[in-house]
Amino acid sequence: MAKREFSSARSSAPVEAGEDGQFVWTRKDLLGLDELSERQIVHILDTAESFKEVSTRSIKKVPALRGKVVGLLFFEDSTRTRMSFELAASRMSADTILFTSKGSSVAKGETTLDTVRNIEAMGVDIFVIRHGQSGAPHVIARKVKSSIVNAGDGSHEHPTQGLLDIFTIRQRLGRVKGLKAAIVGDIAHSRVARSNIIGLQKLGAEVVVVGPPTLVPPAIKEMGCSISHDLDEILPQVDVVNMLRIQFERFTGAGAAFPSMREYANMYGLNAARLKRCKKNILVMHPGPINRGLEITTEVADGPNSCILQQVTNGLAVRMAVLYLVSQAAEK
Amino acid sequence: MPVRMIEILIKNGRLIDPANNRDEKCDLAVTGGKVAKIARGIKGKAGRTIDADGLIVSPGLIDAHVHCREPGHEEEETIASAAAAAVAGGFTTICAMPNTHPPIDDETAVNYVISRGQKAGLARVLPVGCITSRREGKELAEMGMMKSAGAVAFSDDGDGVACSGVMLKALQYARMLDVPIMQHCQDADLAGGSMNAGPVAVRLGLGGMAAAGEQIMLRRDLELVERTKARYHVLHVSSAGSVDLIRQAKALGLPVTAEATPHHLLLTDEACATYDSNYKMNPPLRSASDMQALRNGLADGAIDSLASDHAPHTEEEKELEFGVAPFGIISLECALGLYIKALIDSGALDWPGLIRCMTAGPAKTIASGRPGLGSLSVGADADITIIDPDARWTVDANSFASLSRNCPYHGWKLKGRAVVTVVAGQIKHSLL
Repeated sequence: MAKREFSSARSSAPVEAGEDGQFVWTRKDLLGLDELSERQIVHILDTAESFKEVSTRSIKKVPALRGKVVGLLFFEDSTRTRMSFELAASRMSADTILFTSKGSSVAKGETTLDTVRNIEAMGVDIFVIRHGQSGAPHVIARKVKSSIVNAGDGSHEHPTQGLLDIFTIRQRLGRVKGLKAAIVGDIAHSRVARSNIIGLQKLGAEVVVVGPPTLVPPAIKEMGCSISHDLDEILPQVDVVNMLRIQFERFTGAGAAFPSMREYANMYGLNAARLKRCKKNILVMHPGPINRGLEITTEVADGPNSCILQQVTNGLAVRMAVLYLVSQAAEK
Repeated sequence: MPVRMIEILIKNGRLIDPANNRDEKCDLAVTGGKVAKIARGIKGKAGRTIDADGLIVSPGLIDAHVHCREPGHEEEETIASAAAAAVAGGFTTICAMPNTHPPIDDETAVNYVISRGQKAGLARVLPVGCITSRREGKELAEMGMMKSAGAVAFSDDGDGVACSGVMLKALQYARMLDVPIMQHCQDADLAGGSMNAGPVAVRLGLGGMAAAGEQIMLRRDLELVERTKARYHVLHVSSAGSVDLIRQAKALGLPVTAEATPHHLLLTDEACATYDSNYKMNPPLRSASDMQALRNGLADGAIDSLASDHAPHTEEEKELEFGVAPFGIISLECALGLYIKALIDSGALDWPGLIRCMTAGPAKTIASGRPGLGSLSVGADADITIIDPDARWTVDANSFASLSRNCPYHGWKLKGRAVVTVVAGQIKHSLL
């Protein structure tokens, strides 16, 4: 893919041609990868490619969103996603306002929609929403005029994480099509898993999800991926392994999802011994935060196959691209 | 014998009365609030003559599963507003479910529901009492005294009775009192989700409620029913497996009845894809094959009756995220048109079959001690619904008599609606 140059002059933004029949981004919201075509996903990745360079400048700022207001609404705890979006918005010269639900009016019983409508009334162009309930940004998007970017909704999707994961794979391995990727762990509760399953397959990769049956719903197969409960069988076959965090906070119902952390680490943890049986260039990913010693050992997390910090770096460029694209679409 | 004045004379209608195996074009005269005469060409002066040519004259429709929300949530619905919604939808009798605040779990509360229903003076409102005190599933409520006060059935609807020992005692009491237990079949340990467990829930990242959770409790209950021979009614059957279990139980001669709702007959869990909480109800919408199994169950008699599970909620509550919004939707005022669409248009039932499921069917469950309810027998109270089977109309939730608007059918174009609703010889609703 040809790398595009990003001009700091907004008037000559290269990816938004249009008049000559070129691809035009028209979505004012980014709610999930499920709603995007392969071409739209590639377009975001290419746009992110052009923004990546901004972070290498001595003055890390472009005026693309000057005068815009980005509302960061975090109804659920987040550190890296929130900071990444915040930094992405400021590198685009947007003003940001931050809302976190702790100690806010949500605790006083105000509904999510009322909170969003109130903040929208202050004049916000883009809402970046993290919410513990699946579908929350989708419902909000139907009720407000501002752009909505989903920063993770419940167990549903985390589209910018999916995009940055794919971006990193493309960067490290040169392609996505034809690769085989394993997503390991708490598939049931993971929005990262869903966005990866959708996005990777749309770009032509093969996906297998791995974990104990209590954390891998059989119906996930209907999303097109295959299922395995045997990590050791799968590892030698794959080019990418994405180790998910166990989301203890989302466990509901009777009993824990597995007998003990010790046994889980034994059966599904990625350690040096397992890494040895993998393809030499296997890419080890993790969306963070890491439970060192549970799903991944320190040795592997910090080793040469790991791209965990690169994922974080790339997240910034991807989020700059997303904010830029939805803002452009909203203006049309 | 003095000739009494005919109060209402309904002429030339297609009179369908499944309880009496009647389906013919004839006239019906109401005198003294009762069905006085059914014959061709009834002559005489009448207070009101209705030309029902082209219309169907049915026993008053019964909805044995309505949440009136009073006492406790009068901002969602009252007994009076539910009764008004009922007659607007063609229903002359509704059963008020007891999961109110406080719940209907003693004689005083039963008397309250009856008096509020009488004060409204619209549809008949028959109270359902709780199985257990405070709906806690632990100790039996005073079923005997509640029955004496007028409770027609017992249910902890909203929750199933989880404890097998309590359920056994409830069925023993129900057997003694000759009243039905209406069970909301849901294993508590397999609940906790917000939609049907399956591919759609997995894709949407929403917690699932497996059909197995319904079937596990149903299987257990059928064991207890076999032992006690108590009357047992399965509320809002949602899964194909449950239909099979009920069919088998009936083949064994167990005193089991069952109902299906409009939403389970018309919608599937795919409807949840937009996270619109007007598709969130308990039990949840299931798969297309479950939906088909329910239609088949009505066609072959495994399922006896139709019930709306009318469950009003305020807009604020339903604006919450899908996972935390309350369960339930309303359909009392459009249920008849929905049933026609689901069952007659699909060929599952003919008109006598449909009317049976809305009259004699539910009466089998709730009418003990109320002879004539659900029929047009001469001498019975004149509860009559006149239906225009060809009326084309659009559902407008904003025009509902119900106080709530949580109706996923808003904007649907339907064919067929009740045009006259008569309760005890009095016209309570008329579009003619």
